[in-house]
Amino acid sequence: MALPVSGEAMGKRDILYMTDICKTFPGVKALDHVRFGLREGEIHSLLGENGAGKSTLIKVLTGVEQKDFGTIMMDGKEISPQSPIDAQNSGISTVYQEVNLCPDLSVAENVFIGREPKKGRHIDWKKVNERTREILKDFDLDINVEERLDNYPVAIQQMIAIARAVDVNAKVLILDEPTSSLSAQEVKKLFDIMRMLRDRGLGIVFVTHFLDQVYEVSDRITVLRNGTFVGTYDADKLPMLELVGKMIGKDYDSLEAIPKLTNTGKEYKELLRIEDGTTGEISGINVSIGEGEVTGFSGLLGSGRSELARLIFGADKKTKGKTFIKGKEKDIRNPLDAIKNDIAFCPEDRKKEGIVGDLTIRENITIALQSKRGLLHKISRKEADEITEKLIKDLAIKTPSADQKIKNLSGGNQQKVLLARWLATDPDLLILDEPTRGIDIGAKAEIQKIVVDLASKGMSCIFISSELEEMERCCSKMFVLNDKKIVGQLSGDEISQSAIMKQIAGEE
Amino acid sequence: MSMKKLTQKMEFKPFVVLLVIIFLCGIISGGDFFKITIVDGHFYGRLIDILRNGSRYAILAVGMTMALGTGGTDISVGSIMAISGAIACSIVDERILQALGGNVFLAVLLALLAGAVCGAWNGFMVAKLKVQPMVATMILLTAGRGIAQLIADGKIVTITNDAYYSISGGYFLGLPVPAFIALIVIVLFLILTRSTAFGMQVEAIGVNQASARLAGIKVERNLWIIYILCGITAALAGIIESAGIKGADCNNCGLMIELDGILAVAIGGTALSGGRFSIISSVIGALIVQTISTTIYAFGVAPELTRVAKAVIVIIVCLIQSKPFMDRVKSLMPKTAKVEAQEVHA
Repeated sequence: MALPVSGEAMGKRDILYMTDICKTFPGVKALDHVRFGLREGEIHSLLGENGAGKSTLIKVLTGVEQKDFGTIMMDGKEISPQSPIDAQNSGISTVYQEVNLCPDLSVAENVFIGREPKKGRHIDWKKVNERTREILKDFDLDINVEERLDNYPVAIQQMIAIARAVDVNAKVLILDEPTSSLSAQEVKKLFDIMRMLRDRGLGIVFVTHFLDQVYEVSDRITVLRNGTFVGTYDADKLPMLELVGKMIGKDYDSLEAIPKLTNTGKEYKELLRIEDGTTGEISGINVSIGEGEVTGFSGLLGSGRSELARLIFGADKKTKGKTFIKGKEKDIRNPLDAIKNDIAFCPEDRKKEGIVGDLTIRENITIALQSKRGLLHKISRKEADEITEKLIKDLAIKTPSADQKIKNLSGGNQQKVLLARWLATDPDLLILDEPTRGIDIGAKAEIQKIVVDLASKGMSCIFISSELEEMERCCSKMFVLNDKKIVGQLSGDEISQSAIMKQIAGEE
Repeated sequence: MSMKKLTQKMEFKPFVVLLVIIFLCGIISGGDFFKITIVDGHFYGRLIDILRNGSRYAILAVGMTMALGTGGTDISVGSIMAISGAIACSIVDERILQALGGNVFLAVLLALLAGAVCGAWNGFMVAKLKVQPMVATMILLTAGRGIAQLIADGKIVTITNDAYYSISGGYFLGLPVPAFIALIVIVLFLILTRSTAFGMQVEAIGVNQASARLAGIKVERNLWIIYILCGITAALAGIIESAGIKGADCNNCGLMIELDGILAVAIGGTALSGGRFSIISSVIGALIVQTISTTIYAFGVAPELTRVAKAVIVIIVCLIQSKPFMDRVKSLMPKTAKVEAQEVHA
């Protein structure tokens, strides 16, 4: 049951109250009479699948987009933010998934950029540094504030971004996917800080895909679906299964329906073998990939699992080693060689190395096939339309048309377009590096299902994911990496989260 | 094609701007601007002048569009013009390579080849050594004129050769020859970029080089090709210019023209950061730049003021292209926005 959005009854004041928010983009009704209420001193999770309207709602609230209809009340006054600065002046600060600070400025410069304390006509650097140290002390960060920002890991950068956001007189803090690139330890730290800020009376909007994290830290949860408001709930009164049901609009059971691909003693014929593979990043690798098998590369972030994928695809320059495909030695020196040998690769960083943002979905889907065919054999518009239409349908890509720029799609749909790009080339081996990172649970399940389906039709897949659970579900063989080396191999029933953890930790 | 689709085309806005500028010039000149006379079966008039002189810009802009499309740039085109002019004129005047006997065809061919070599150097710096394009091409920008001087032996090479003159001053079907050369270049580039996948690959490289590479696009090779093509188009422009002034002036040939070339592309709507490009738009941009120059001279603006006048007109054209500015104008005058916008032009 949806509780009343207003929080007056709880004794805590509503600091922010949005009602009847509507926003239409060409061809899409992104928000349809959505409400959202935030109390002071609470952590409020905003949840929904990709395309549910979370991002749009945040954008409207922070002035990146303007609402078509509806009211936003902040501290009892109606506001209508026209720009992020405007929102900030009303007390709404945002920290995005990708830290939007200046990497080559110092920590202190970043915290005070645009509002530096002055001494006469000059910036009072001493004060900038001192004040920054003070602010960061609250966050338990004891770092050199005069150091360049990018000398610190992303987690620290994010804390700095939050520190800055809060120090700019914020009453409402929006954290958009803050935990995507953090380790478990760093996430814990972030949550401590979130609780500390909550206790200071800040209202925090927490947008995330990690449902367990939602429960760890939230007081209330608001769910959106397809641009409409589903409900606002107290976190402790909404079981996770029910939450997932509300997000996807169907029962959780349908997600569980993906069978575990167990190795029933099946022997897979070898498709690809790397002997002594070496690049600048990783060395002495020996792996064998079976035909129609889903092979996992498991390990911690930085263990070399992505580097191994890049080695196979020729994305990093190979300095040593041999590649055999179906028993024949092949010289794969660059991605094009790999593509011509029917290998496909969805890289880890979708935005930086995957999508070509300003090009259309059609172009993004046909781009690799075009490379495979060669410059002079241009894919005709008719054929491109056929390929694109079929894949949009097969993969259930949500878009008004194939002419949309890919950057306008949600993360999960972008990932599906990338998958479509490679399926269009009809590969024998599909390498997926973190294909489900930063996308919602519904799309995640869909992608897992697609992978398993493809393998059952004879396509080999290499699956790389930080989420051991999904690795366990999808893979029938697994290479475990640590410190840029393969430290173990598991197959079939041996694969379990605890077995992987043990191998990573070096215990047998 | 619906009206909306038409107005969303990249070529639409620059085309309207060009028409408006020509139209305004016509009104201010009391119609003289549009006057075209036929003498000896050749057309004469301001518009024909624009076509003749604009061809050089158009050819240059076509090559520049490709470089800018990849997110790069080529600021050495002016110097490459000087080199190609020097080579062509020196050969025609039999100062170098006397064995060729001043053959105009071979002179042009070798000058184009020199342009290709210059482009290959730029390509090597940008594609292979990954030097930032502006810095990479700056080397030839500065060194190129020195090379041209060496070829011309430090002199202004004047030539007497009617065949060579006709490259700029000749007529074909009553219209100036450079217009036809430009037309051929444009058509060739349209075929290259749109009948093959080259155009899409260039755009992909411009938008996201890393993604393009992982999608199997040969980024390095494509960059080589583009800088070589840019060199060849610059060489062609240099040949036309030297044929126009009947000689090679290494110090002044194509001086600062790289900026006009970039301006033409920018007015055409191709983002300097790379990505979507349109050759036709850039050609229209080049004609706009030329119309502005021609008009300023035609109206007898004092020479010391021509640059200022040009700058003012360029600012106005850029403002019309600027979305925030036009939105502002429209919001200030909700009903009379259109009229206002035109007054701003004038």
